[in-house]
Amino acid sequence: MTSVADKTDLLALTKRIRRHIVEMTAAAQSGHPGGSLSAVEILTALYFGGVLNYDAARPDWPHRDRFVLSKGHATPLMYAVLAEAGYFSTELLATFRKLDSPLQGHTVRGRPPGVEMSAGALGMGLSFCIGQALAARLDGRDWRCYCLLGDGELNEGQNWEAAMSAAHFGLDRITVIVDRNHFQNDGPEAEILRLGDVTDKFRSFGWHAVPVDDGHDLDQVLAAFAETAEVRDRPQVIVAETVKGRGVSFMEANPAAWHGKGPSPEQLAQALAEIGA
Amino acid sequence: MTTTAPQVAATREAFGPTLVRLAEAGHDIVVLEGDLSASTGGKKLAAAFPERWYTVGAAEANMVSMAAGLAAAGKTVFAASFAVFLPGHCFDQVRMSVAQPHLNVKLIASHAGVSVGEDGASAQAIEDLSLVTALPGFRVLVPADAVEAAQAIWAAGTTAGPFYVRLGRPKVPVIYDERYRFEVGRADRLRDGDDVTVIACGHLVGVAIAAADALAAKGISVRVLNMSTLVPLDDEAILAAARETGAIVTAEEHLVQGGLGAAVARTLALAHPTPMEQVGVRDRYGESGRWDQVMERFGFTAAGVERAVRAVLQRKAAR
Repeated sequence: MTSVADKTDLLALTKRIRRHIVEMTAAAQSGHPGGSLSAVEILTALYFGGVLNYDAARPDWPHRDRFVLSKGHATPLMYAVLAEAGYFSTELLATFRKLDSPLQGHTVRGRPPGVEMSAGALGMGLSFCIGQALAARLDGRDWRCYCLLGDGELNEGQNWEAAMSAAHFGLDRITVIVDRNHFQNDGPEAEILRLGDVTDKFRSFGWHAVPVDDGHDLDQVLAAFAETAEVRDRPQVIVAETVKGRGVSFMEANPAAWHGKGPSPEQLAQALAEIGA
Repeated sequence: MTTTAPQVAATREAFGPTLVRLAEAGHDIVVLEGDLSASTGGKKLAAAFPERWYTVGAAEANMVSMAAGLAAAGKTVFAASFAVFLPGHCFDQVRMSVAQPHLNVKLIASHAGVSVGEDGASAQAIEDLSLVTALPGFRVLVPADAVEAAQAIWAAGTTAGPFYVRLGRPKVPVIYDERYRFEVGRADRLRDGDDVTVIACGHLVGVAIAAADALAAKGISVRVLNMSTLVPLDDEAILAAARETGAIVTAEEHLVQGGLGAAVARTLALAHPTPMEQVGVRDRYGESGRWDQVMERFGFTAAGVERAVRAVLQRKAAR
């Protein structure tokens, strides 16, 4: 089943998810808020906009669509979305990164339910999706694979092995979303390892590429998902222009500083005030 | 009267036929190859079961994470390449995509060790066992001949969880016949003896037998254990050998650290310290040459094992 919230509800969800992200990273005094906040609208559209076919009560339902978080450090976002989707209680979010919590610092397959694959070493998620999609095709199933990649993550050569491979096998049930926030751990992507035109790159690998000018505009993101669903015989990529730390002014102003740390209590108060309820 | 030459076969020759048998028996297998399928022998499956066989190019990182994706969807997945590339080219993918989530992926690593021969150092994996035995939950098999290799691959394909199976390039003497029953985690005693035990794996098992037979003629009684499972290690067989023969030699086509010898040394040190010598590669890389000449250069011959036996017997006598 897919979950379709109306537009007002989707906006409210993005705010709740942003609150969870800053609260979790503040409580853990670690974690990755910047690259979680940049992809809030992408995952909100996917999980609550009628795109992903899933049943939170049956995380192992064989016919579910798979969502694979390849940028495995964006766990604050992943867990916030899974909690809002009903995989587990939002109360559990307070245990993020604490000893004995199922909410591990980087994703671990099946822990908590709804996490499809372990990640945290970058660049492996798309390859995993290729295996999943081949298995579905072998078994005559029609479920799809969605994969969120960071743009910094595209430094990893395995992504380009996988990009060739998915196109070679004509896997049209793979949809990748690139969270194009232009920042990575050490700083701006343009200074660390210039990525160039991501849309062109994927097109040259044989993909159907959909650029999204504003990855924080739910309508644009939903329209991109609708377009990719119609594509046959080739994988699709949505290249969504986003802002690292989106919704929290001091993170947006200094994204490199907010790749991997939690806000102080004062900063949390400011962040929550800016996000609103 | 006819004389028959000793039967020889490469352990890698067991891969293709065993895949076909697994598929024919109804096992839901998928095989991924990294552009070396003629050499690994896995391509044999493609003729009979084309939908179960993919060559994915010389892209081992992608291949291993793909294998994980197939396994997560319920398939029993074999991924095959040369041992220098698998795990050499993709250790992090083996760690993160397969080992940590404990997925049902079988890595088939052919052309392991210096017996690759002419291709030289870059092609000769001498570190692979260090890497894969370091992975929690991975079972590691190093069959001694083609008969055992077929059974080891079958066991990997019919037992849930990650496996590493190390295979070789050259044709070597066949030790076992079809009566043999390989069991994961059980050493096989090929020669009985009281003076010393040689614990070997892979190509060195046949070499150890030759050494034991030569030494028997000289009055030295050598037990030979084929330790074809490195993980889980048959500690019981090792400790029985230590107690009953009082001296241990390990022999492997691998660095002396991180492989069979290191694992046996750990077992002995913790439970029953015993004089021990290692036959293996010491702090260097391989080189080109005809495979048997390269093996000789590294001391992977009956004479090389015999030297280690004599050395350990001196230490035993000095105790």
